[in-house]
Amino acid sequence: MRHTISILVENEFGVLSRVAGLFSGRGFNIESLCVAETEDPQVSRMTIVTSGNDQIVEQILKQLNKLIPVLKVVDFTGTDTVDRELVLVKVKADNDTKPEVLRLIDIFRAKIVDVAPRAYTIEMTGGEGKVNAFLQMLRPLGIKDIVRTGKVAISRGM
Amino acid sequence: MQMTGAEIFVRTLADLGVETVFGYPGGAVLHIYDALFQHTKVRHMLCRHEQGAVHMADGYARASGKTGVCLVTSGPGATNTVTGIATAYMDSIPIVVFSGQVPTLLIGNDAFQEADIVGISRPCTKHNYLVKEAKDLPRVIKEAFYIASTGRPGPVLVDMPKDVLVSSARYVLPDKVDVRGYKPNYEGHPKQVESAMRMLLSSERPVVYAGGGVILSNASAELSELTRALSLPITTTLMGMGAFPGSDPLCLGMLGMHGTYQANMAISNADVILAVGARFDDRVTGKIDEFAPHAKIVHIDIDPTSIQKNVRVDVPIVGDLKDVLRKMIKSAKGRKDVAAFREKTSEWREQLADWAKTHPLSYKPAKDKIKPQYVVEQIYRITKGNAIITTEVGQNQMWAAQFYTYDKPRTFLTSGGLGTMGYGLPAAIGAQVAMPGRLVIDIAGDASIQMNIQELATAVQFGVPVKVVILNNRVLGMVRQWQELFFQGKYSETIQPKIPDFVLLAEAYGAKGFRATKTEEVASVLKKGFAAEGPVIIDVEVDPEEMVYPMVPAGAPLTKMLLV
Ligand SMILES: Cc1ncc(C[n+]2csc(CCOP(=O)(O)OP(=O)(O)O)c2C)c(N)n1
Repeated sequence: MRHTISILVENEFGVLSRVAGLFSGRGFNIESLCVAETEDPQVSRMTIVTSGNDQIVEQILKQLNKLIPVLKVVDFTGTDTVDRELVLVKVKADNDTKPEVLRLIDIFRAKIVDVAPRAYTIEMTGGEGKVNAFLQMLRPLGIKDIVRTGKVAISRGM
Repeated sequence: MQMTGAEIFVRTLADLGVETVFGYPGGAVLHIYDALFQHTKVRHMLCRHEQGAVHMADGYARASGKTGVCLVTSGPGATNTVTGIATAYMDSIPIVVFSGQVPTLLIGNDAFQEADIVGISRPCTKHNYLVKEAKDLPRVIKEAFYIASTGRPGPVLVDMPKDVLVSSARYVLPDKVDVRGYKPNYEGHPKQVESAMRMLLSSERPVVYAGGGVILSNASAELSELTRALSLPITTTLMGMGAFPGSDPLCLGMLGMHGTYQANMAISNADVILAVGARFDDRVTGKIDEFAPHAKIVHIDIDPTSIQKNVRVDVPIVGDLKDVLRKMIKSAKGRKDVAAFREKTSEWREQLADWAKTHPLSYKPAKDKIKPQYVVEQIYRITKGNAIITTEVGQNQMWAAQFYTYDKPRTFLTSGGLGTMGYGLPAAIGAQVAMPGRLVIDIAGDASIQMNIQELATAVQFGVPVKVVILNNRVLGMVRQWQELFFQGKYSETIQPKIPDFVLLAEAYGAKGFRATKTEEVASVLKKGFAAEGPVIIDVEVDPEEMVYPMVPAGAPLTKMLLV
C-alpha cells in the first residue's frame, strides 16, 4: 500500500540523510521526497511517498519518531488531505504540434514559462493523476525533458 | 572568560562529573591532549587501539550504570571506533564517543586523516553531532550525555573539527537540556498495566521473559518483587543474566539457541508471556512462526519500536520498566485473586521443575581432558559468584552464561547483539576501572582474545588487575561447532595451527601468566591466578571437541533442541 508521510524536522544539516537512511537501511524505496522550510525557519517539513505492508510502515513511522531531530510524524494515508505536485516539461513545438500543445495547456490550466524556437517549457501543478494525464497527452507530441517535484501534502480544513 | 574549544571541552567534562576518559591521541585532538595534560579532575587512560577504548567505555558503563566516555582522533582513529560503537548500539549501552575532525574548511576535501565519521556512524549511534563553533561545545556535550543515558540508552558521537578546538569562546554551560524532538516516555499507561495484570492472572502457564532492559533501567529489584509475589517462572536472555537471581528456584535460566531445556519448553508451552525489556531477537525466538504458539504476549519496553517488531503483541506497554513494574506490584497487592492464581499455577511450576530435573545443563566429564564447562564451574565455586564476568564471543560466551550463576545485575558483561570477538578484555578493563574493589574476570576464547590482546598493555600501565581465563581449545570453537553439525565436519579455516604461548605473551606485556593442562590442577591454578596481583592471563588447555548444548539449530523452533 502507498503511504504519504509528512515529517516535521529541525532545519539542520544531516537530517535529510538520517531520514533517508532509515528507509535505505531497511532496503526500502522512497518514491518521492520533498523538503523545505516551514513558516518557522528553524523547522522544515518533508513529504515522503513510499509503499510497503502495514507492519513495515508502522515500524518506519516509529523509527522516524525516534530520530532526535524529528518533531512530528503523520501518515496522511486514509486521511483528508490536499496534495499537489509541480512538473516542468519541455515539449517539441513546431508548426504541426503547436496548436495541440496550446490546446492542452489551456485544458489543463498549465502555463508556458519559456519559449525557444522549437520548444516550449510548460509548468503545471496538480494532483498526481492530473499530472500523469497531462504528461500522457503530451507524450505523442514529443516530450524532451520532464522534472517533477514529487508530492507535497497538507491536511484539510481547521 | 574566553577559553579555547579544547579547554572548553575538558572543562565541560569536568563540570559534568566525568572522571575517566578512555582514548588515543592524534593530530586533530592534540589541543585537547594539551589541555588534559596534568588536568586533575578528568583522568585519561591511554588505550592501545581505539576499538579497545570504546569497549572499555562500554564495560565501564555496563558495570557502573554511568555513561562511558572515549576520545579519539580523526580519520583512522574515528573509524577504529565503529565496531565498538555498533556493539554498544546493539546492546543499548550509554557511551559518548568524542572524535577529532579535520578543520572545517577542509571537510569534504579528502584532507589528510579525514573520514566522514558522522556519516559512517549514523546507523549505529543513537544520535551524533558535528560541532561547528566552540561556543556550542558545552551545550552539545551536555545534550550528548543526556541523550546517551536517558530513554533507551545508546552511544552518541560528537565530532569536533580542529579549528573549533583551537578557536576561542566564552564558556557557558547551560543549566538544562532541552531537545524538543526528544521526550522519552517513562510512565506506563495505567489502563494498559491493568489489562496486563488481568491477562497475567487469567493465565495458567505464565512465563516472564526478561532482557537487558531490566538491567539498563535498574529495575531488578522490582522485577524480583513482582515475580516472587506472583510465583512467576522466569527466563532471561543473554543480556538479562543477573536481572533476576539465577539461583532462585523460579529462575529457568537462559532461553533461545543455547538456552536451557526448561526455559525453551516453558516458552513453547506458555499461555501468557510477560516480556520485560527484551526484544524477541532471532537468537531467542528460533523459528519465529513457531515461537510461543499458545501464548498471549504482554510486552513492556521504553522503546516503542521494539514492540510489535518481531512478534504480535496483545498488550503493549511503553514506559520505563521500573515505573511499570512498580505499578504492577501495586496492583498485585490490591487484588484478591493472587493467592488463587498461585495455587492454580502450581502444577505448571511442578512441570517446569520436572523438565529441569530430567534435562539439566550438563556435560560428559572425561578423564584425560579438561572440560571447558568444568573450568567455568570452578570459577564460580572459587569466586562464590561474586566476580564481574566479561566474555569474548563463541563457545566461551555460552559456557560462561550457562555454567556460572549470576545473582546480581551488572555482573555479566557480554556483547549480545553484535557478538563482537575482542570485546571481553577491554570491557573487563573498563569494568575494573569503574569497580576497583571487585574481582573482574574475562572468560575468553583463544581466537577472540587475540583480537584485542594489545589492551593487556593498558591494564599493565594503569595497574588494572583484570584476570583473563582462556578456554584454549586451539580452534574457532563456535564456528567449528557449526561446521561439525551442519557442514559434515569440514573444518574450513577454523583450526588455528599457530597459537601464541599465552603465558609468555602475558609476561612480554608485563602481566603474569599461568597455565593448566590437567583437570586436577584447574582449581588450584585458577586460585593462584585470581590471587596474584595485577593483570593475569590463565591459559587452560581444554578439550577442542567439546560442543555447546542444548542447541536449537538456526531457523528451527525452540522445541527442536539438540541435547548433550
Ligand atoms: C569480530 C568477529 N569476527 C568473527 C566472528 C564470528 N565468530 C563467532 S564465534 C567465532 C569463534 C571464536 O573462537 P574463540 O574465540 O576461540 O572462542 P570459542 O568459540 O572457541 O570459545 C567466530 C570466528 C565474530 N563473532 N566476531
